[in-house]
Parts: sequence; structure tokens; C-alpha cells
Amino acid sequence: MGGKGIRIEGLKKRYGEGDTAVHALKGVDMQVAPGEVVGLIGPSGSGKSTLLKCLGAVIDPTAGRMVLGDEVIFDDGWKARDLRALRRDKIGFVFQAPYLIPFLDVTDNVALLPMLAGIPNGEARAKALELLTALDVQHRARAMPSQLSGGEQQRVAIARGLVNRPPVILADEPTAPLDSERAMAVIRILNDMARQFETAIIVVTHDEKIIPTFKRIYHIRDGVTHEEAGEGRGFD
Amino acid sequence: MISLAGRDILHSWGKFVFTGVGLGLLIGVTLSMAGIYRGMVDDAQVMLDNTGADLWVVQQGTQGPYAESSSLYDDVYRSLLNMPGVEYAANVTYLIMQVGHGGHDVSTMVVGIMSGEPGTPGQPRYLVAGRHITRSHYEAVADITSGFQLGERIRIRRNLYTLVGLSKRTVSYNGDPMVFIPIKDAQEAQFLKDNDALIQQRRRNAENPAFNRPGIPGLLAAVNASQSANAYVNAVLVKLKPGTLPEDVAKPMRRWKRLQVYTRTQMESILVDKVIAKSARQIALFLVILAIVSAAIVAFIIYTLTLGKIREIAVLKLIGTKNRTIAGMIMQQSIALGIIGFVVGKITATFWVPIFPKYVLLEPLDSVAGFFAVLVICVLASVVAIRMALKVDPAEAIGG
Repeated sequence: MGGKGIRIEGLKKRYGEGDTAVHALKGVDMQVAPGEVVGLIGPSGSGKSTLLKCLGAVIDPTAGRMVLGDEVIFDDGWKARDLRALRRDKIGFVFQAPYLIPFLDVTDNVALLPMLAGIPNGEARAKALELLTALDVQHRARAMPSQLSGGEQQRVAIARGLVNRPPVILADEPTAPLDSERAMAVIRILNDMARQFETAIIVVTHDEKIIPTFKRIYHIRDGVTHEEAGEGRGFD
Repeated sequence: MISLAGRDILHSWGKFVFTGVGLGLLIGVTLSMAGIYRGMVDDAQVMLDNTGADLWVVQQGTQGPYAESSSLYDDVYRSLLNMPGVEYAANVTYLIMQVGHGGHDVSTMVVGIMSGEPGTPGQPRYLVAGRHITRSHYEAVADITSGFQLGERIRIRRNLYTLVGLSKRTVSYNGDPMVFIPIKDAQEAQFLKDNDALIQQRRRNAENPAFNRPGIPGLLAAVNASQSANAYVNAVLVKLKPGTLPEDVAKPMRRWKRLQVYTRTQMESILVDKVIAKSARQIALFLVILAIVSAAIVAFIIYTLTLGKIREIAVLKLIGTKNRTIAGMIMQQSIALGIIGFVVGKITATFWVPIFPKYVLLEPLDSVAGFFAVLVICVLASVVAIRMALKVDPAEAIGG
């Protein structure tokens, strides 16, 4: 379950060495509490994607410290030997496009993660159905991704991100392909899920429509984050 | 854990089935090539079986009568009959001929055999219709694949022969049907000159003072007669008494009769290693080429299919799928493609084999070996796609 969210201290990422080195992250500090949804916004090239990849244990930060729940996962080096298992069990992902596996039905798309973690198929599918019901797409449980609308696909993607009950979910522009109504619905779902499962959610976005919904926003510019209070409209 | 490969195949079954059918036709050709080789070997073995011989006695220093020409006097068999351990000995001649039938030529091997009691080497062993040759001249027994009909009269060189029997699986080492005729007729047919050549030869003899001596009136006729007759056969087939070891009889024949003697094993080796060796090498090369082409096709298809799933693979890796699960998915798809291909190939080969002009023998063990070869090829062919999939960066699933 959620635990204590995620805390990042002085996270740095440098690409290359010597004169040609690029300092993409110059000391990022962030903290997201369980049940909280924060926005991460910034112009292109500001380091958003690099930060997301570092948080997602996809690339190695150069220095800094990351604490997930009660567990230090990075302290000038990864503490976990198996980053794949770390991503599977501790971090949820929601992408700009849903990227559902086209040859698996909705239930199995969601159940795949627990199955990968060794949970028996029946139990994994039960967990998936529970989440699909919470996200109001249970009626599409046997449908293939190509048979879903964009909004339904994104809800299934959110269910997949949540199914292992990770302490943190990284959402990379989850509303980009959606119209205003559906975008707001997705943000509403993320807020509901964050509260329900005590998950810390970081939403990277350019979407002007949803920025006012965040209570806290991290601006990232030139590899450094600045925190500011958001409007937090509509999701109390 | 669900089978990702199985789900993907079910999802895009049309792609897999059509690709599998294409691959299957190629595998069908490969199985047929193997069957053609087996058929050649079987034809050679059947030919040896049909002689009923334990030893082949041929001209000294030759590998006759199938791999090389061989000539023996036709009375040699009498001296062999008296040797210890010999039950039967019979002369035989082999002559490859085109026999006219229904307006076209049938490629045959004409075999001259000695008449005798059942079990005499050289005679067709099993007849499907009619009877064995009982007269000394102008009767024939033919393999049923020749297309000749019982009672039909066929022309071999100058003479007409009545077909009195039909045999089955009596073929030469290259699959031609055999036509059995009496040995005397075969000896004549083998060296028979045309009428013009005979006239020329007799004129030359008459003008030769050595042959046409006024003081010896019968000499010219004797010379002409000797040049028109053929006292040679290609081999003597020897059947041994039960319990006799072939080499025990072959050794004294070689030593005291100064003849070349081959046992069944040696004759089989000559046929397989020398007579059909080049064809076998050609077929082996074809098999290798077809295996490489099949592997290349499977590799290309699997690579293309994997290339179309890069984003899904990146997502799978990002959400924690192990490399071996992804590699397993690709390998299982490759193997599934191979299995579809093998089933299609086996079915098509079974259906088109009967229309082949040559005997094609599809051995069950060859099919089993072919199946495992297909699996190995598919596993190897999936390596390139697996390497590509394992190099996919999970970060590709995250934008930016």
C-alpha cells in the first residue's frame, strides 16, 4: 500500500563526461505524500522526461537520494539489485498513449502485472476486475483494446498502473490525447485512486486544462524544480 | 502466467496461418527432396533384393554390373555351381532401353534372365498378374509401372515379345521399370547389329584372305557366326545354401576363378556410394539450401513481427517483464510458425508425392527428424529478433 509516498533529495543526472557533459538534472527536490496528486510542468528540454525516467528506475541518476515509502531506493546508487522487480512492484506507470498490449483483453492487460509478480492467474484477474469495477470499465472486461474508446483505454491503463498497489504512480501526459471532458474525467479518477489506495501520483503535463486541478505543482526549468501551490480546483 | 505468444498468435492468427502455409510449402518441398533421396536408395535396395542373390560375380577388376560394364563368358556359372556353398547360379544381363508403347518410349531396364525353378536368382520374385517366363524366347514379364498390359506385344530391338506377367517394385536403381526377357534373347539384343552393319561385316570377312581360304570352306561361315553371336553376360548371380557365410564362398571364387565377387553389403555400398552418390549429394545440397532459405524466411518474419511490437516490448520491459519472458514469447512464436509450417508441409508432401514421376519414400523417422530440424531452425531463426527485443530500452515507453 501507499506508505509514505515518495521523497527525492538533490537528484542529479549528467549525460556524458568532461566538456561535453550535459547536466539534465541539477539537484531536484520533491516530495509527494500518499494520496496526493502533484503536477510536474516545464518547457521542452527542461528535464521532465529525464526526471520521470530516473523516478521510474529506467535510467541511473548520477547522484541524490530517493525514498519510496519507508525504503531508500537510491542513495548515490540503486539499493535494489533488480530494478525490473522494483518497477513492477513499487512504481506504476500511466503513459501519454495507453499502450495497452493489443493481443491481451482488458482484464489480462491489467492482470499481467500481478501475474508477472507470480500471483496465480485467477487471483490476478480478480484483482484486475476489482480495479476495472472501481474505474467503471468492468463491462468491457473481455473486450480487446482496439474495441475501446480513448477514454476507456486510458482508464484501463490507469487500472494497470494501480493493480500492484504501488506507492507511487508516474503519469506521463495522461490526458494529452483526450478532449477536455475526458481529460477532466481522467484527472478525477487519478485523484480518487490516489485517495482510495493512498498512492502518490506525479502527473507530468503540458495540458492547460488540468493544471488548475493540482493543489501542488512542481515547475522544472534547467534541471531544477520549484514548488508552488496550485489552485486545486474541483477535487476536494 | 498466461502465454503471451499464444495470445499474440490468436490475436493475429491470419498472419501466422498464411505465413505458416507459405513456410509449409517450402518444408513440403524439403520433405519431398528427402523422400526422393530415400526413394533412390530404396530403388537400389529393391533392385538388389529382387535379384534374390547373395553374391554378384562379375568381370575381374570391375565394379559391375551396375556401376561399370562387366563381361563374363556365359558358361562361367556352371563352374560356380559346383563350388561349395552355392545353391543356385544364374547368368544375368542388364540393358537400358527405350521400349515403344502407345506412341511414346518407356525408359526401361531390360533384364536377361535364365529360366528355371522358382528361387533362381534374377527372376522377378512376385507377380501381380500372369505367370513367369516359361519359354526360351519371346516372352516377357514387365514391372506394372511400365504401363504395359498383360498379353501386349512389345518390341525390343528387332523382336516382338508377348507380355506374360506383370511384377511390382521391380525397378532399376534409377527407378526405371524392369522388363525381364529370356537370357538368350537379351544376349542377342545387347550386341545385335543392324542389317547394314552385318552385310558390311560379312563383306569384309569375305574379302579377308585370312578368313576366306579356299582350302578351308567352313571357316568363313564359322567366323561370321562367331561375330554375330554373343557369348557374354554381365554377371552371374549366386544364391547360397542356408547357413553359408557369403565371404566364405566369395574368397575361393576370387582366388581360384579369378573373378570379382561382391557380397550384398559390398554391392549396396557400390550402388549408394558410387552410382547414386552424385544425385544424393545434389539432394543433400538442395536440403541445405532449403533449410537455409526456410531459416532466413522464419528469421525475417519473426524479426518483422517483433519490429512491429517494439512499443509493446518497451512497455512490457518497463512494467517489469523479465527478458526471458520476452525472449520466450518470440521463440514460442517462431516455434509455432515452424509447427504450422511443418504440419502444412507434411500434409502437402503426402498429397503431392503420388504425382512425382520418381518413387518418393517418406519415412516416418525422416519426418520426425525433419520436425526437430524445423524446431532447431526456428529457435536459431528467432535469435536475431530476440537480440533486437532485448536491446529495446524500456525508456522508449516514456515520452521525451
